[in-house]
This record gives sequence, structure tokens and C-alpha cells, in this order.
Amino acid sequence: MAVLQMQRISICALKKDRKAILEKIQSMGVIEMNQIAEEEEGFERMDTQGPRQSFEKQAQAVEQALSVLDVYAPQKSSMFASLEGKKLVDRKKFNEVADGKGELISKVNQLVSLNKEIAENKANILKLENQIESLRPWLALDVPMNYKGTAKVSMLLGTMPGETTLESVYELVAKREPEIDAIDVNIINSDKDAAYLSVFCLREEETRVEDALRSGGFARPSQMTGKVPSVKKENLEAKIKELNNEIEKIEGEIKGYASAREDLKIIGDYFRMRADKYEVLGTLPQSQRTFVISGYAAAKAVPAVQKAIGESFDCVIDVEELKEEEEPPVILENNGFSASVEGVLGSYGLPHKGEFDPTTIMSFFYVFFFGMMLSDAAYGAIIAIACFVILKKFPRMEAGLAKSMKMFMYCGVSTMVWGILFGGYFGNVVDIVSEVFFGKAVTVPALWFIPLNDPMRLLVYSLAFGVVHLFVGLGIKGYMELKDGKVMDFFCDVVLWFAFLIGLILMLLPTDIFASIAQTQIVFPPFLNMTAKALAIIGAVGLLLMSGRDSKNPVLRIALGAYDIYNITGWLSDVLSYSRLLALGLATGVIASVVNQMGSMFGKGIVGVIGFVLVFVVGHTLNLAINLLGAYVHTNRLQFVEFFGKFYEGGGKPFEPFKSDTKYVDIKEETLS
Amino acid sequence: MSIWSNLGLVYALLGAAVAVFLAGAGSAIGVGIAGQAAAGVVTEDPSKFAKVLIMQLLPGTQGIYGLLVGFITLSKVGLLGGGAAALDPQTGLLILAACMPIGIVGLISGKYQGMTSAASIGIVAKKPDQFGKAMLFPAMVETYAILALLISILAVNAVQI
Repeated sequence: MAVLQMQRISICALKKDRKAILEKIQSMGVIEMNQIAEEEEGFERMDTQGPRQSFEKQAQAVEQALSVLDVYAPQKSSMFASLEGKKLVDRKKFNEVADGKGELISKVNQLVSLNKEIAENKANILKLENQIESLRPWLALDVPMNYKGTAKVSMLLGTMPGETTLESVYELVAKREPEIDAIDVNIINSDKDAAYLSVFCLREEETRVEDALRSGGFARPSQMTGKVPSVKKENLEAKIKELNNEIEKIEGEIKGYASAREDLKIIGDYFRMRADKYEVLGTLPQSQRTFVISGYAAAKAVPAVQKAIGESFDCVIDVEELKEEEEPPVILENNGFSASVEGVLGSYGLPHKGEFDPTTIMSFFYVFFFGMMLSDAAYGAIIAIACFVILKKFPRMEAGLAKSMKMFMYCGVSTMVWGILFGGYFGNVVDIVSEVFFGKAVTVPALWFIPLNDPMRLLVYSLAFGVVHLFVGLGIKGYMELKDGKVMDFFCDVVLWFAFLIGLILMLLPTDIFASIAQTQIVFPPFLNMTAKALAIIGAVGLLLMSGRDSKNPVLRIALGAYDIYNITGWLSDVLSYSRLLALGLATGVIASVVNQMGSMFGKGIVGVIGFVLVFVVGHTLNLAINLLGAYVHTNRLQFVEFFGKFYEGGGKPFEPFKSDTKYVDIKEETLS
Repeated sequence: MSIWSNLGLVYALLGAAVAVFLAGAGSAIGVGIAGQAAAGVVTEDPSKFAKVLIMQLLPGTQGIYGLLVGFITLSKVGLLGGGAAALDPQTGLLILAACMPIGIVGLISGKYQGMTSAASIGIVAKKPDQFGKAMLFPAMVETYAILALLISILAVNAVQI
């Protein structure tokens, strides 16, 4: 339960070793680079833009090649592929692949250019198909489209607007050129947009006829072919077929590269790592013969670095404690159980410098509240078992995901426990099934009590758990202030509030209002009542006088104090917020009962059983999903808003070491056991 | 005996109906608003589907709370499993009143939670790593639906039949 102690580690070594040292540091992945920004004479930064970009470009090309492979030679991947994590590859194999990078790059280029060829062929096919489309109306024509006619007679091909008929064409020509009668019009094809005509007339009258037709919207086709349309169409289709064959052939060729997929993934990661390395290299101050690396490392990781670098290279390693003004990156260290909720903390913000890491304390409350909100033994068992199986089946799952899975597993166990306490097993499935199918109602008794029968009781408990949660938060605030030596702040902000709140609670307990909620009258001995009043008054007066202690002006000071006492409303709303423990718990149980009831409506017999099973599976899956989401969101909220609101600020920077930041494979190091 | 004295059960059923349909409508509006935003994000980046789907579901709870109160009401007056209790109008109206909080708050908070969800989906679209924080904003709105649910449940339970 702690934030790891960080140190600054600086390595000064010979320039000739720089790549080897950087690679070593990268493979260890325990140092976050943070160069000392000193512009000293004789030290320069190298410009590594060029090589870095070329590596990035190559990594990109590999990505492209892999995506081509995925399109034409898809890999079967299971639904759970995203859980599998990166594949483990040992260093030797990695180096072997990296050595063969020339060959792999040519494969990459080949794949990319093959892909381009396919794209070009597809574009060509599209063009040809368009041509066929424009030929389609002319298919009935049995002469070539650019056929000019005989010595005396000429042929005019063209389109006219949609409604054109033979009569209307003859009419048009007769009207415009009454003396021409040697004309023969055929409508080859017509659709709602256009009529397709061939017109024969005497050669000497050709222009006059065409002009007459033009006045009615006649236009020559945009594409003329020297072949009979149907023949042309066949030719085009043959060409398309050829192109399709070609595409198929290329696809086959691409499929032939599928065996290189794994190597391509490795080489992609290799290029990515190299690009990262050059990026860091560009930030290092270098003199003529030496260079300096500086960065943050966890104190306990430092000896390993000293050993690995110091023993194999000529260098000076300097380890120093952090300066006051430095804000180091944060690594959390927790036991296996509590570490599982680190992701939740991370999504709020890591502790800033000198702040207490609340992960451990939070983890207990988290699991406790989560279980209470879902509170169904069967649901809990399903979640816990599912997470457990997934964790076992995919041991190489990405670390963050594995932590969340673990968290849900613990939450599932907690849900199960609460479910047993409240007597919830898929809601009331035992009662319903036994009553409908066996004719005798059997009830699994709740170990504690059934919330629906006694909601006020659970409400009181929910609020009580809330008070405990909030008090722990306030306690942590006090602890932090004591640790920083702020005794005055501790007394004023924490002790006085505790006195005030505890006094108020003790005053509330024996009242009639509380009795009507809890349904039991609590009677305190008189001295306790006195103490309660005294505590509350001391707290209130203390807060009134002390809260505004930073202010010199006495009036302002009292006003600030009064305002701070007004914060009691904040406490009230915080405590009431815990009523969601009851509400969400009831929601799960009641909806589960509704599902069971609906399932039981099919009655007895085979149909009844089938109907029940169907409704049961669908209904409970939905209920589980939506309430799991609800429990997750609202447990987070209770931690973030109510609990953290009392003491926690966050805002720490996560530790981002210079490491082998790969996408597909993890490299197994032989040197590090 | 006038017809008015027979309406107790009708009032109670009206209460269940109010809880279910107002809160359900609120959720439908909210999920609808959030769904439009979610669909927009998925067109740009299908890999965010799971995250935005969760966001879209957040305003869906009001409808469930409404269902919950409706169900408790039905079982309270004995309409489930036959043998409806004979209610006098006063008790019926009491139950109707008890159902009001979740109905009305569910309707309004559902809509606004949907709008907040849509905005949070915007966060997820631009900064997927801020998912945890983005999820909290809609959850804030839901608090009031939970408080209303609580009062409705307690009130329905407290009515003596």
C-alpha cells in the first residue's frame, strides 16, 4: 500500500556503447527518461529525426502489409482474441527475425504493391462495366456503331428524349423538312429516360435530317465502337474475366505470404522499438566521446540497473535522491488483492507527490460495496467463475486487463457472500421453480434477512456503512496531516469534525425520528446523552472559531467558521448517497423475481419448462449485465465522490518507462530471470 | 355505493402505471439521445463500440427503477398471483402518490442523464483513456433517480393495506 520510492539515476558512458546501453535499458524497461536540461558547453544533442522517421515509415509499411494479409488471408481468431495478450517470443528468435529484415522488407513491399495491383484491376473492371452499361441499349443493333452506311445511304445513331415514338420522329422530320421523304427510323431500344434510334437517310440529305432530329433532342451517343455492340460486349466481358482471374491470381500470391505473418509482426515491433530508441537518443546530451542518460527509476529497481549496465560497460552510474521541486512519476505497489483496484484509482488520478496511496483501504470498501449492490449469490458465482476461468485460460493477458478481471473476480465473490446473506439466488428462482414444477414452495432462508421484507433495516445499515466509509476517509486526511507535522490542521480539520459529527450522531440515535426509521428505540444512559451534546457543542464552537484561522479579520474568521459548519449539509448528502446500496441491491433482486415470475407463466409440462428456461436465460443475462454495470458505476462513484472527496486529490503522473513498446509480441529476456 | 368508492384498486394500478411509463419514457429518451452520439462515434472508430455502448446504457436504469416500483406496487396490492385486495380510494391514492417520485424524477433525470451521457461519449471519442471519469458525469445525474426510487419503495412499503 504504497507509492514506490523513486530515485534519479544518471549514467555517463562512452559514446561507442550508447546503442548497446540504450537497448539494454529499453529491454529492462525500468527507467523513465528525464534528461537534465543543461545546456553545457561541449554537450550537444544529436539529430536523429532522419533514422527515426525511416523506422517509423517502415513500421507503418509493415502495418499496411499485415492489413493486406488480414483482408486476403484472414486469420481465424476467436471471440476472446483480445484477451490473449501479446505472444511471447524469445530473444534469440527475435534477433533471427530482425537479422532477416531485408528479406522481410521486400516481402512487405511485394505485399503492398500486390495490393495496389488488385486495386488498379478493380478500378479497371469498374471502368469496363461502365462501358458495358453504356452499350446495353444498343445491343439489338447488328452493325458496328460507327457504321457510316453505304455509298448512297447513311446511318445516324443517337438518342432522343424518353417519350419519343416512331410517329413523333417522322412527324418531327416531316414538319421541319417537308420535302424529305427518304427516311427510315428504327427504335432499337427505349426506356423511361431515352429512346435509342437508328435513322437511315440519303447521304446528301444527312445534315438536314440530323438538324431536324436535333431540334427534337437528338444526340449522338458519347461512345462509339467500331464493333457490333453485342460482340463488343462479349469482348469487354472477356476482359473483365481476365482481370478477375488476374485478381484471383494475385490474391493467391498474397495468400502465399500468409506464413510470413508472424515474422512480419515481429519485424513491425522491431521497427517500432528502433524508432523509440532513436527518439530517446535524440534527447541525450552527448560530448565528443561520452553521453549522459538520466531518468527516474524505482529505488528497488536501481541495483538491477547498476548490475546490468555497470558490469558490462565502462561507465559511471550516479544515483541520487529526488530534489524538493521534482515531481516524479508514480508507481504503486500493493498486495495481490488490493492491486486489482489500481486501475480504478488510476482512472481517478494517481496520488501526487507525498500523498497517501489509498488503494488498499479502498479495495476493501470497493469489493464490499460492489457485492452489496449486486447481492445475488448466483450472479456472484457466475462472475467469479467466469473471471477466474478467463484469467487461467489467458495467462498472457495485458496487465491492466488482468487486474480488472481479478477485481471483478473478487467482487463476484463478495456478491456471492451478500447474496447468501440476503437469500438471493437468481432472485427467488428456488421458490418459483419448486412451487410451479414440484408443487411445493421451498425457500432458501436468508442468512441475515431479506431486504425486500425489511427495507428500512437495510437502509439504516447502508447509511451506517457509509458513515464508516466517510469516517475512514476523514481519518486518512488526519493521518496525512499528522505525517506532514501539521498538528494544528489535524486538530481543527479532523478532530473537531469528528467530535461534531459523533456528537450529532449520538444525539440523533435516541430520538423518535431514528426510532421510527430503525423500528427500535435506543435508550442511552443520561451521561452519554450529556457527552453527545457536549461533543457536538465543542465541535461546533471549535469549528466556528478555528476554521477560518488563516484570516486575520475576526469577523471574516467567524463567517468562514460558520460557513464550514454549514458543510454539515454536505455530510448529510454524502451519507444519504449510500442509500444507493439499498436501492441497487433491491433492483437486482426484484428484477430477477420479475424474470422468474414471467418464466413461470407458461405453467407446468414440457412447454412450461422450455418457456421457463428461455425466459430465464435471456432475462437473467440482461439483468446481470445491467446491474453489473450499475454496481460498477456506482461503486466507483462512492469511492471517487464521497470517499476521495474527504481527503484525496490525486493528479500524480503515471510512470512511463522507456521500454520495448511493442504491439504484437513480448520479448522474453534470457538475462533477466 | 357510488362508483367513486370502488376506485381504490384503479388508483393503485394507475400508480404502478405512472412509475413504469414515466420512468420508462425518461430512459427511452435518454438512451435515445446517448445512442445517437454513440452511433456517431462508432462510424468514426468502430473499436470504441464497447465503451460507448456502456455509456449509452447508463440512462437506461430509470426505466428499471420504474419497473421495480411498478412491480412492488402490483405485488403489494395482490394483483400478481390473483386475489387483489379490496382497496378503499384513500389507500389507492396513497399508493399513487408513493409512485410519483420515481415516475417524475425518472422522466426528467432520464432525459438529462442521456444528454450528459452524450457529452461523455464525446470525451470517450477524443480521450478513450478518460473513460472512468467520463462515466461519472452521467452517474451524478442518476443519484437523484436513486433517491426518488428509495422514497417510492419506502412509501409503497409503508402504505398499510
